[in-house]
Amino acid sequence: MYHYTDFDRDFLAERNAQFRAQVERRLDGSLTEDEFKPLRLMNGIYLQLHAYMLRVAIPYGTLASGQMRTLAVLAEKWDKGYGHFTTRQNIQYNWPRLVDIPDMLDTLGEVGMHAIQTSGNTIRNVTADHFAGAAKDEIADPRPVAELLRQWSTDHPEFQFLPRKFKIAVTGSPNDRAVTRSHDIGLVMKEQDGEIGFEVIIGGGLGRTPMIGKTVRDFVPKADLLPYCEAIVSVYNRLGRRDNKYKARLKITVHENGIEEMRQRIEDRFAQLKPLFSGVDQVMLAGIEAQFALPAFTSNAPAPILDPVLQSFVDTNVTAHKRDDHAIVTISLKKHGETPGDATADQMRLMADLADAHAYGELRISHEQNVILPHVRRDALPVLFAALRSAGLGTANIGLASDIIACPGMDYCALATARSIPVAQEIAKRIDALRIEHEVGALKIKISGCINACGHHHVGHIGILGLDRAGVENYQITLGGDATETAAIGERAGPGFAYDQVVPAIERLILAYLDLRAGDEETFIDAFRRLGPAPFKAALYPQENQDAA
Amino acid sequence: MPIVTDAGFAPDDLNARFSPSDDLPANGPLSIDVASDADLTPVLARLEEATAIRVAFPSSADGRGFTIARQLRRAGYTGRLRAEGHVIADQYAMARRSGFDEVEISDDLAARQPEDQWLARADWQAHDYQSRLGRRRDTKSAAASA
Repeated sequence: MYHYTDFDRDFLAERNAQFRAQVERRLDGSLTEDEFKPLRLMNGIYLQLHAYMLRVAIPYGTLASGQMRTLAVLAEKWDKGYGHFTTRQNIQYNWPRLVDIPDMLDTLGEVGMHAIQTSGNTIRNVTADHFAGAAKDEIADPRPVAELLRQWSTDHPEFQFLPRKFKIAVTGSPNDRAVTRSHDIGLVMKEQDGEIGFEVIIGGGLGRTPMIGKTVRDFVPKADLLPYCEAIVSVYNRLGRRDNKYKARLKITVHENGIEEMRQRIEDRFAQLKPLFSGVDQVMLAGIEAQFALPAFTSNAPAPILDPVLQSFVDTNVTAHKRDDHAIVTISLKKHGETPGDATADQMRLMADLADAHAYGELRISHEQNVILPHVRRDALPVLFAALRSAGLGTANIGLASDIIACPGMDYCALATARSIPVAQEIAKRIDALRIEHEVGALKIKISGCINACGHHHVGHIGILGLDRAGVENYQITLGGDATETAAIGERAGPGFAYDQVVPAIERLILAYLDLRAGDEETFIDAFRRLGPAPFKAALYPQENQDAA
Repeated sequence: MPIVTDAGFAPDDLNARFSPSDDLPANGPLSIDVASDADLTPVLARLEEATAIRVAFPSSADGRGFTIARQLRRAGYTGRLRAEGHVIADQYAMARRSGFDEVEISDDLAARQPEDQWLARADWQAHDYQSRLGRRRDTKSAAASA
């Protein structure tokens, strides 16, 4: 893992002192509200429905156990005893007081954490494959490059007041677990003639105008990554629209100008910028890479698993590791009926302790709002599972129908038009009651409480979008979305459903899939692709079928 | 209209008559006003004749001027480069790192954000990730050596 240098620490102390002064200058009138707003946003502070919200960056989703314990301290000392892990691998505290936030930032700074650029029209926290460094299928760990991008983008003087927010995701694996095609810049690691580089995808995004990103260059050598990314953002800063915030994202700039025009402009800018980079960044990168060396693995031969409950957990929550004697364990924050992504301070501390005991002190946060222990000795799985289970963290549902992504929705968010969390909770409870979850198998349900799509509904196999129709919550269902390397935007199935009708509708959909599938091996998305939307729509809208008959 | 530099507030010593970038006089030397949405082509074509360029910041939320400054410096411009308009003290270091020499602010803004708030950001060369990563700044001296 990356360890902060004196430079990082001094930067953070200075930045926190600046923000403390900005809060005071807002109160004494030196800064107007309009001037202060972007400054608080670029330091991670939103004004939400009920209170301020602090969004803390978890760069590329990687946490050390000590950092997780500090997140628990913040939850207890300045919030209501819990935190909410988000779809961008961050954590949000929903109840801090503005005057306390500088102290929270100082506490984070002590363990090399911050809230910089987790909001605002800036380059946001860089996200990465949550299995990075541990996955069997990766070319190389993408996190050193993500850390380099973090440093490059932090307080970048040219890019603190962009037309709109700007998100970068990176994966080192061809199996895309980082949703790279839904980001302003998606970086997919490739190897070409023995050299590591990246396919660069631009202009992806969800929100009210969902777009799958387009490849702007097939291969950018690793050494050219910073000037190439700088060229993209620099072109966007002047070309991106500022007349309409809903048309300001890079995806619209790419759509309106065309990928060919964008490519030309970016290549021209890149040619200007490349000579400005001395190569020191590559020396720094080599130093960063050394810090991401794998832990000194130790292991004993695992005993055979006899307990069926443990076997079920292993079947769903454990992924193959680079090493056969280790495993990647995903801890579900989606216990049926709980708020997706929430963890209490006690749970955070337990996960940190378990990471120290069985997983070399490292944790990850996934964009699917779960916590991951990336390097677990296989012989430790039984004791680990027992400890998780006793804390309500042993739910065996990763990748299944109740492993739902949900935005905070109207329970917290100032932008929301409908509730998300209760819909997720009710779907999960219903699926659990029906005892069909494991039979249904892989299924991604994603819920957003407004058109901004923080819950990634467009790329859910089943997407649910909560809207406000004349003061009444109404839920649109989309089908066939895909967040992976075969990314696709789901299609709207038809008219929306009332709040009390959406869970039964999802139930009909899932039961219909069980009837329709060609066999146990055919997943929901495969069945949808084979059969098309018609039979699924028929299940969603049975009344219309009767009327038509 | 105070001018802010690393030394603090000072009166405007330029005594220049700025011409809009899309309506430049036939003969130099030129003092050019560049809007944040301006096409830079006519400016870049006559950089040799320019002695002062003033880039407008219509709002502190509009960051286009930072990119414009860097474009001008990269093109070799070594004259006075001024950010003008709604630039707040918190953006002073960004302006300097992007290649501006100075900032021109209104009397109102100067009263609301007095000199000490700007001097607090005069150490703009410190704590700079970009420089640490070996990215050369698009400053006047860099433009001169380009």
